[in-house]
Amino acid sequence: MRHAAILRLAIIAAIVALLELLSRSGVISRFVAPPPSEIAVDLVRLLTSDRVQAAIAQTLSKITIACGAAIVVGTALGVLIHRSRALAQTLSPYFGAYYAVPIYAFYPLMIAIFGIGEAPQIVIGFMLAIVAVIVNTINALDRIPRVLRKTVAIYGMGSIEASWNVYLPYAGPYLATGIKLAVAYSFIGVIGAEFIMSRIGIGHEIVFAYNNFDNEVMYPLILFVLLVAGTINGLFSAWEKRLLGRRSRS
Amino acid sequence: MNMAARIAEAHVGLTGVTRVFGSDPQTQVKALGPIELELRKGEFFAVVGPSGCGKSTLFDIVAGLSPATSGKVTFEGRPLTGSAVPDGIGVVFQEDASFPWLTVADNVAFGIRRAGLSEAEVSRRVTATLALMGLADFAKAYPAQLSGGMRQRVCIARTLVQRPRLILLDEPFGALDQQTRLIMGEELLKLWRETGATILLITHALDEAAMLADRIGVMSARPGRILDIVETPWGIERDSRVVSDPRFGDITGRLWSRLREESMAALATAGQ
Ligand SMILES: Nc1ncnc2c1ncn2[C@@H]1O[C@H](COP(=O)(O)OP(=O)(O)OP(=O)(O)O)[C@@H](O)[C@H]1O
Ligand SMILES: [Mg+2]
Repeated sequence: MRHAAILRLAIIAAIVALLELLSRSGVISRFVAPPPSEIAVDLVRLLTSDRVQAAIAQTLSKITIACGAAIVVGTALGVLIHRSRALAQTLSPYFGAYYAVPIYAFYPLMIAIFGIGEAPQIVIGFMLAIVAVIVNTINALDRIPRVLRKTVAIYGMGSIEASWNVYLPYAGPYLATGIKLAVAYSFIGVIGAEFIMSRIGIGHEIVFAYNNFDNEVMYPLILFVLLVAGTINGLFSAWEKRLLGRRSRS
Repeated sequence: MNMAARIAEAHVGLTGVTRVFGSDPQTQVKALGPIELELRKGEFFAVVGPSGCGKSTLFDIVAGLSPATSGKVTFEGRPLTGSAVPDGIGVVFQEDASFPWLTVADNVAFGIRRAGLSEAEVSRRVTATLALMGLADFAKAYPAQLSGGMRQRVCIARTLVQRPRLILLDEPFGALDQQTRLIMGEELLKLWRETGATILLITHALDEAAMLADRIGVMSARPGRILDIVETPWGIERDSRVVSDPRFGDITGRLWSRLREESMAALATAGQ
């Protein structure tokens, strides 16, 4: 386990070192990409100025709304669909095919419906995230063994108490998988949509910087997106692993 | 009340109990009965029967988990409706029913905490029950860290801590290896003596029934009826050493001779 973690870090360090070397030696032109160390310095400078703070705040709040709504609505829909075996079986191929559809193709439609504001980006983030939540909720509920349902009957629990005190804790680690994916998908959805059309946000800032050959903003922002997405994903993976850890023999 | 009167008092009574699954006459399954059976207060009663004969169906009805199609079930003189498990009945299933997200101590505390006992009383009872079940060193462990036998002990402890007067066990050791089964059987006998509870044990292992029970009900192939009731001569202080008693072979032999045809019948219908 420790070895694997060290190796993973070493791979990243090697790639960064290689980029640094290629850029500093001139194999990669500075106008194409500055060395990573400079990008890092630029990022610190960018974050301490107020040049992109509003954009970051905007993007993060759009992601929070999209992701939060996807978790709440997706969990509720998952519970409802799970109640009917027939419905779950009918819908399952659609869920399987869902992520094969390039959702950005619907962007013009979103604008027609929701206007040019920030709503279309939220809707796309939400739509990308929600199916992962639905699928994982159904999967989590499927895993609840019959004997646990009988145990609930033994204690004479009502359905709300049973869900809250038994089914939810049992299914927790599997629900966590859905939440982790929802966070990742809403990141992709919102920032991706900001690339296409938006007046404010990280995606918009990156495109704007790109159009103006502004490498001192573009690369730091790309690095920022990588760092934030990586950190959040890491935190959720650790949470998921902690929940699952109690379930496996040590 | 004198001893004889207590024994005579039926703790659980079943009269004409049947269970039919499904409503369509073409496809419905007659799973059980009619069953006539009385469990005496404080006795250890085992039920053996061919696979699929309706043992678990009988179990669910006595536990109050599901209703009988016809007939009457009483526990301590009051009828069971099959819609709620009454106070005083404790249930242990074959499958591992421990809660994987709770520690052993919290698993055991689950029911009595829910019942609103004070935290001091909860902790006192949990500690005592864990000690009784040999789980004291594992109070803070999670079920996944325990072996199958230990997890089943957690389930038994979770039931015992509520101080049931009737304990129902549906093949509780079915998933365990033979040595563990024998040890768990001895512990069950010890618990039975210490708690004074009535025990109904469903099992497919004839030797387990012969070693543990005061009386053994032999069930027919589906729909299961009680064909015979075999009494064992062991005293209350029995343990697994009775297996070397010459009478042990007589009892398992008698059980098997009653079951042989029924098991063949069960196999024949299972193929349809
Ligand atoms: N919910 C149900 N719906 C329809 N049939 C059922 C249902 N539950 C049980 N049965 C049928 O009733 C019969 C008795 O089942 P039961 O589980 O009580 O048998 P068992 O003696 O416990 O079997 P085993 O030895 O496998 O534990 C079986 O034929 C089974 O298929
Ligand atoms: Mg059974």
